[in-house]
Amino acid sequence: MNAPLTKELANIGKSIVVKGELSGSEDLYVEGTVEGKIELRNGNLTVGPYGNVKADVIAKAVVVQGKLNGTINASERVELQKSAVMSGDVTSPHVAIEEGASLHGKVDVQSPPGKTAGPASS
Amino acid sequence: MADMASVADNVMRFFRSSSNQTAAPAVPQKRTRRSSGMAEISQLLNTREGLCVLDLGPTSASNIRYFIDKGHKNYSEDLLYSSLDPALRIKDNEGNSVVDSKTFIAENLVYENCQFDVVLCWNLPDYMEESLVKPTIDRLWSVMKPGGVLLAFFHTRDAGPDSICYRYHVSDSDILQMQEVKFALPGHPDSEKQSPRLQRVFNNRHIENLFHDYASIKFFLARDAIREVLVVR
Repeated sequence: MNAPLTKELANIGKSIVVKGELSGSEDLYVEGTVEGKIELRNGNLTVGPYGNVKADVIAKAVVVQGKLNGTINASERVELQKSAVMSGDVTSPHVAIEEGASLHGKVDVQSPPGKTAGPASS
Repeated sequence: MADMASVADNVMRFFRSSSNQTAAPAVPQKRTRRSSGMAEISQLLNTREGLCVLDLGPTSASNIRYFIDKGHKNYSEDLLYSSLDPALRIKDNEGNSVVDSKTFIAENLVYENCQFDVVLCWNLPDYMEESLVKPTIDRLWSVMKPGGVLLAFFHTRDAGPDSICYRYHVSDSDILQMQEVKFALPGHPDSEKQSPRLQRVFNNRHIENLFHDYASIKFFLARDAIREVLVVR
């Protein structure tokens, strides 16, 4: 019998600075600085409270607690929590914005092919 | 040091004095008001699809939800907060500290021309630095589609200089929740949060001049010393 697979989580710590393109199929937690592009088609991105992302993001779900400057294109959901400072456009079937979050940009609720769009929530 | 102090002084005059007031609650309280201007905009939102809405107040989750639930695209930009950036202040020929309106317009409202169907200015012109108001309204004209509508709120003369700056959250087609605005200076997140100060009271003639380039203007008077203005580009 095979052992159950555990979901891997990649972590970029506070002191780490990454410039370039990040891609993968696992979840990513960013507490450091990332500049460039992030593509996690089957993974989730979390920008921690100290995270500073200056990149265009493609992911399954994105949770922002820190700073993100760039576009977000999430196939499932985007969540801007109360400490989020977001500058850029957000496109996702479901968008949740906590009171206190700062957004400078567009919110576009688009449904992926074959699915109906969900409502935004706060 | 003297220059930094004078810049800080010039920025601080945009905030209301809190020395004689009781301590602010931890969470700003919300009041409600009925808005005739918002009722007209809601009617537009209910009858047309795929509109582009520009909300120029602080980020409001409820506003974003209201507009995108109706199938429209929502753009958010807190223009008042951006206008308070100390980095925008320069010295004029006489050595006075003024806001660099050209840089402000170049760095904000960066959109294609004729993009927006609806613009929600809320109370922005009343609280924004004088030198930025006309350039901002002119820039909004450019980014609005012909026939697009803009809603703005202006205090009447009955409003005192310490009139609270509110953030308006759309809770129903004609009902707005009002939440007192307090924020720290841009770039100084640890500074004390304060409320913006009412900069001026426009009279009807001033408002008409401000929107001179727009096709039509409609006024709604309310009992709470607020004059709602709905203009068509």
